[in-house]
Amino acid sequence: MAKIRKFDTKVQYLKYKVLREVARYAWQGTLAENLLNIPEIIIPGKQPTMRCCVYKERAVVSERMKLAMGGDKFNPNVIEVIDIACDECPMGGYEVSAACRGCLAHRCEDVCKRGAITFDEHQKAHIDKSKCVECGQCAKVCPYSAITNNKRPCETACKVKAITMGDHKQAKIDNDKCISCGACVYQCPWGAINDKSFILDVIDMIRLSENNTKYKVYAIVAPSISSQFTYAKMPQVTSGIKELGFYSVIEAALGADMVALSEARELVEKGFLTSSCCPAFVTYVKSQFPDLAPHISHNLSPMAALAKYIKKTDPGSKVVFIGPCTAKKMEFQKDEVSPYVDSVITFEELQALFDSKDLDITTLEGTDLDNASYYGRIFARVGGLSDAVVQSLKEQGIENFDLKAVPCDGIEACKVALLKASKRVLDGNFIEGMACTGGCIGGAGCLTHGEKNKADVDRYGREAMEKTIKDATSVLSMFD
Amino acid sequence: MKVTVCIGSSCHLKGSRQVVESLQKLISENRLEDKVLLSGTFCMQNCQAGVCVSVNDTVHSVSPETVEDFFRREILAKA
Repeated sequence: MAKIRKFDTKVQYLKYKVLREVARYAWQGTLAENLLNIPEIIIPGKQPTMRCCVYKERAVVSERMKLAMGGDKFNPNVIEVIDIACDECPMGGYEVSAACRGCLAHRCEDVCKRGAITFDEHQKAHIDKSKCVECGQCAKVCPYSAITNNKRPCETACKVKAITMGDHKQAKIDNDKCISCGACVYQCPWGAINDKSFILDVIDMIRLSENNTKYKVYAIVAPSISSQFTYAKMPQVTSGIKELGFYSVIEAALGADMVALSEARELVEKGFLTSSCCPAFVTYVKSQFPDLAPHISHNLSPMAALAKYIKKTDPGSKVVFIGPCTAKKMEFQKDEVSPYVDSVITFEELQALFDSKDLDITTLEGTDLDNASYYGRIFARVGGLSDAVVQSLKEQGIENFDLKAVPCDGIEACKVALLKASKRVLDGNFIEGMACTGGCIGGAGCLTHGEKNKADVDRYGREAMEKTIKDATSVLSMFD
Repeated sequence: MKVTVCIGSSCHLKGSRQVVESLQKLISENRLEDKVLLSGTFCMQNCQAGVCVSVNDTVHSVSPETVEDFFRREILAKA
């Protein structure tokens, strides 16, 4: 069970096992023959460990396999609910549980400003849902903690309110509202909401390249990787990616350096801007604040900007982005990005690919990964992009512009800033919008999430050979 | 003449930026802009020999210290 420590939760571990077994057969080209064996490989024996019986467990694994193999082709969203895995959690809001002892004090009644609490003949409390406004005061004052808030973890996680209850009480995603950030994927305790995986496309891409002779397959890795795979050294992770069959590994942070320079110029030209790096944030602005959409930076994201450059140096090549992000799986399918990025996988999926080849990256000799500057690398955490724009203004000699950046992490913080901007009361002229808490290091596709991730990113940033954005990108602009 | 400099990580650490800068300067000083097409690539699969520079598909090992010699021998003499 040593492997489980690579992940935050057992849900991630189970998802990983499915991805790993699907990938294992895919590399061998024997997935079709072995498809029906996988549920039993993952759920052996007769003793259930997660649900009512092993047959239900295997049925859920089969559904996970569908997602591992690309998911529902008719659903444009990359986030999907596995109906039979959804536990149909209660969702009544504040409710009185059996722990209510029918005490004398009735603090719950006293604190409720709406008069929503009544008592039955046994003095036990009841909440009148037509009056209750879910303020939670009654729960706070109950000496027995007898009042609980029954809210579904997925709905709590979803800050854009895209999750409702379906016909059979299972979670249902409104694709018009969903920004594919993956918060629900990470928070659902049953693993009933998952991101679709494109690992099979990537494996095919690598296999058909015939050792990169037919065409080359490049991997672009997000800088948040520095907070991941901490059981190995970063250069070993890079070697592992090459060992999978990628031709070369390049830092997305170099794309971030490119973006920082042009975003600073765009900001000066337009006077007010929001960032465009985070695809979930961009989708959110477009759907919830359409009036502000023209103010979204016209830059491609760092991923797409770098992929575009790679395709220029090597037409006909393939580019795969490896990152913490489920929303990138939507972004790469957009018309303006699809010519440059061929597929997207997460760190979770990268771990599954390593192990599908029984590759122990800790035994590998390292490969250097060093293209970008400090500033490009710190895009992985909130505030980094703003710091990079400040630096870009300086490096480009723009002194007569008073930058006031508003870095926002988490959709709620983004919403506040966007609301103010839409009412023209925002104290700032640049919104750095990151859908995930902490920035990309909080992404749903990360193996682990923790307090020290930001420090890891900053340290990785300081290790960059190039200290300025211009030094990192000058070599690229020379070939333009 | 097609001259391609590797700007992948390994070569970058060994000074590919300085190599590109020098080559660009030398090409311009010798008025070879019309004859030499300078470009970049991410990795030539020969990281040990970096900085890798290919001239019409032959790969050479160059460093910021040897770039001028390399230019005279492989580019100026043959352009």
